[in-house]
Amino acid sequence: MKVARWTRTSKLFTGGTAGVAVALACIPLVFESDVVQKLTTLLILVLLAAMWNALAGYGGLLSVGQQAFIGIGAYGTVFFADQGVTPYVAMILATLLAGAISLPISLFALRLRAAQFAIGMWVIAEVMSIIVRLDQNLGAGTGISLIQMNQYEPNFRQAYTFWLALAFTAIFLVALFLLLRSPLGTSLQAIRDDEDAARSLGVRVAARKRLLFVLAGFGCGAAGVLIVANTLFIEPGSVFSVQWSAYMIFMVLVGGLGTFEGPIIGAILLFAIQTTFTQGGPWYLVGLGATAALFALALPRGLWGTVEERLGLRLLPVGYRVVGAKGEERAA
Amino acid sequence: MTLLNVEALDCRYGLLQAVRSVSLRVEAGETVALIGANGAGKTTLLRAVAGAHRPHSGRVVFDGVDITRLPAHRRVALGIALVPEGRRLFPSLTVEENLRVAASRRRRGPWNVQSVLEVFPMLQQRRRRPAASLSGGEQQAVAIGRALMSNPRLLLLDEVSLGLAPIVVDAVYRSLAGIISEGSTVLLVEQDLTRALRVAGRVVCLLEGRVVLEEAAGGLDRDRVVNAYFGLRRPA
Amino acid sequence: MTLLNAALQGVFLGAFYAVLACGLSIMFGVMRIINLAHGDIAVLGAYVVFVIVEHAGVSAFIAFAAALPVMVVLGYVLQITLLERSLKAGILTPLLATFGLSIVIQNLLQLAFSPDVQSLGGSAGALTTSSWQLAGGLSVSALGLVVLVVAVLVFGALQLFLARTRIGWMMRATAEDADAAELVGINSRSVYAWATAMAVAIAALGGFFLAIRSVFDPVSGPTQLIFAFEAVVIGGMGSLWGTLLGGIALGVAQTLGAQVHPQFAVMAGHLLFLIVLIVRFGGGRAVLRAAR
Repeated sequence: MKVARWTRTSKLFTGGTAGVAVALACIPLVFESDVVQKLTTLLILVLLAAMWNALAGYGGLLSVGQQAFIGIGAYGTVFFADQGVTPYVAMILATLLAGAISLPISLFALRLRAAQFAIGMWVIAEVMSIIVRLDQNLGAGTGISLIQMNQYEPNFRQAYTFWLALAFTAIFLVALFLLLRSPLGTSLQAIRDDEDAARSLGVRVAARKRLLFVLAGFGCGAAGVLIVANTLFIEPGSVFSVQWSAYMIFMVLVGGLGTFEGPIIGAILLFAIQTTFTQGGPWYLVGLGATAALFALALPRGLWGTVEERLGLRLLPVGYRVVGAKGEERAA
Repeated sequence: MTLLNVEALDCRYGLLQAVRSVSLRVEAGETVALIGANGAGKTTLLRAVAGAHRPHSGRVVFDGVDITRLPAHRRVALGIALVPEGRRLFPSLTVEENLRVAASRRRRGPWNVQSVLEVFPMLQQRRRRPAASLSGGEQQAVAIGRALMSNPRLLLLDEVSLGLAPIVVDAVYRSLAGIISEGSTVLLVEQDLTRALRVAGRVVCLLEGRVVLEEAAGGLDRDRVVNAYFGLRRPA
Repeated sequence: MTLLNAALQGVFLGAFYAVLACGLSIMFGVMRIINLAHGDIAVLGAYVVFVIVEHAGVSAFIAFAAALPVMVVLGYVLQITLLERSLKAGILTPLLATFGLSIVIQNLLQLAFSPDVQSLGGSAGALTTSSWQLAGGLSVSALGLVVLVVAVLVFGALQLFLARTRIGWMMRATAEDADAAELVGINSRSVYAWATAMAVAIAALGGFFLAIRSVFDPVSGPTQLIFAFEAVVIGGMGSLWGTLLGGIALGVAQTLGAQVHPQFAVMAGHLLFLIVLIVRFGGGRAVLRAAR
């Protein structure tokens, strides 16, 4: 018996993913800017889903307040651009700011469990929203435009933003992938399976969770940066809206909580739904809410988790599997 | 008359199999002691009979009725009561409330708050104190009294002497002897072999989830029990 | 003196938050779950009253009395259909399921009633308009007083129910050890369902107060949930009287915050909540000890 991480499928697929990334990078050269804008939205969704999954699926941290970091990223970009920083540099700075702010928040938020953490994070997002509403320089309650982006010709602007989105998504997905594959990742899975048992075995649960929390802080901040770069206008009512959390929960639950691939599938699904029902509207949200609740109750492993379980398939290997003497494989 | 009939019962916790194909009969009026080492499956067996553990396969028949799928609270109404391991009182409720809360599905019978307090006189003074403030022996008395409140036909006792001083255990068993002599049917788990042999009419020994010995307590050779207990020489 | 008056108004406001929080506190106390759709259920209650008022033309109070049984049934059904299943699946599932439910309720209300704001203030009679001026610039509104008295009555009645009745003991027993409760003949499923039914009914009372005090719309729920949860946490989770005091503390913080800046009212409540969280769970004590 031996233990293996890679299967032939997963080698092929990981190589294929790199290929897909290269192909995606060529999109702005081929397609119209409205297509590029839509695909930027898709990448934002992928990024958000992956970050929320990092928290809930690997850290057991259910946050309904990640929009706090989305808001910091978005408003941080406007703030730095207003200080005269080149917009794309302002975006990098705003991402770093979101990550930096997540650290002090983690010091106390991570001591909370379950509902306290969930709603505690929500209140933090509300507080940030109020701070923005009180600040005239940030447009207060009525919103603000990222006017500095006007210096770029629209097609180029859209292409730059898309490439930034692609770079952010790739960086955060690879970071999460490497994190989960490192020895750290193994202890994270132990925490997910049984936090108290992991703690009693000497796993430094708090430090591990902090790593995920800060990663998600950076990632959601990056998503916020991309949102303002993509739409050029933000207002506190929408950027700090709990609806972002609803989207993240939907994508991750439907795709597969605690699987690497699931949230990506969930994001593509949500994107497809959003482009089909362009009207949006209440029925569409009723469907999202009901589907999320249904998956939580009836199919907790989501679409991808269920496929993985049934077929023993693993495309991006983050876990190990036992390879039996006769070659049969079992996910470990 | 057979009051309890356990047929080929299998109990699992995930992949761990705690009880393996156990069959057991308890006649009305009998006192049976379940013995065995830690992890032999005694507690799981009692919990499965009481309805607190859903068995993987097999049947539990009580007074001719298949109760395998019945939830615990409905079994109480039929006349099964378990004194769980570790007593499991409701800490913020007073002694009297602990007793009376257990009377919601009581059957007709001799037991009520008054008669329980007569059997355990030390509780008389503690009636209005929260259960959390009692000593171990007093808590055990409340746990037994709480089980009696439903007027059970079958009383299941899980390690009532655990964690108690010997003198307290003596007192508890004196009270139990009185309860048993009134004709109750009792299935008890007891670590103390001597005590088990003294109180029970029949002894059933479990080893790794299986019944390895089942015999009348009188005239039982102690060495054979010890062998069965540790699995030294399995009877064929 | 305006500060004192602000604090007094805070007590009235806080009594309203306490009523909102009561059901949340019951469900947390009995089942250890937080219902993220609690605020939306309160708003749903307000809409049920609204519909009855519109169709039957009765006063808001009679309509509320008629709505109450509807909400009790709703709570019972909610428990046996959705919450019971989620309870068995770990600590995160109830949060996920009720968050989904919250979105569903909000948007169904939008579909049924349009996103416009509504109020029941007009159909509650003179109660919403009368008030008395006391010495020292203090003012007492009839409505504030009614809410405060009802809040104290609700919490008092609950306390008596839990301390004195057998069903109350059954609820406490199930809350403390559901497994042992089953073993003494208590049907824990039924106890849970009645606890949720009670919680939903009291949430509807909170929604009713919201509707006659001010305005509501289909998406008012999340804000009510946050205030209710803040009251529960400030009061120390799981204690009934604590929740009443927590609600009042939250109300006072908000009205005093409004004295600083009108926009600062809600912020002050949030800050109080976060401070309590930090002190109680966030290692605040360790920091204080280290500083000494």
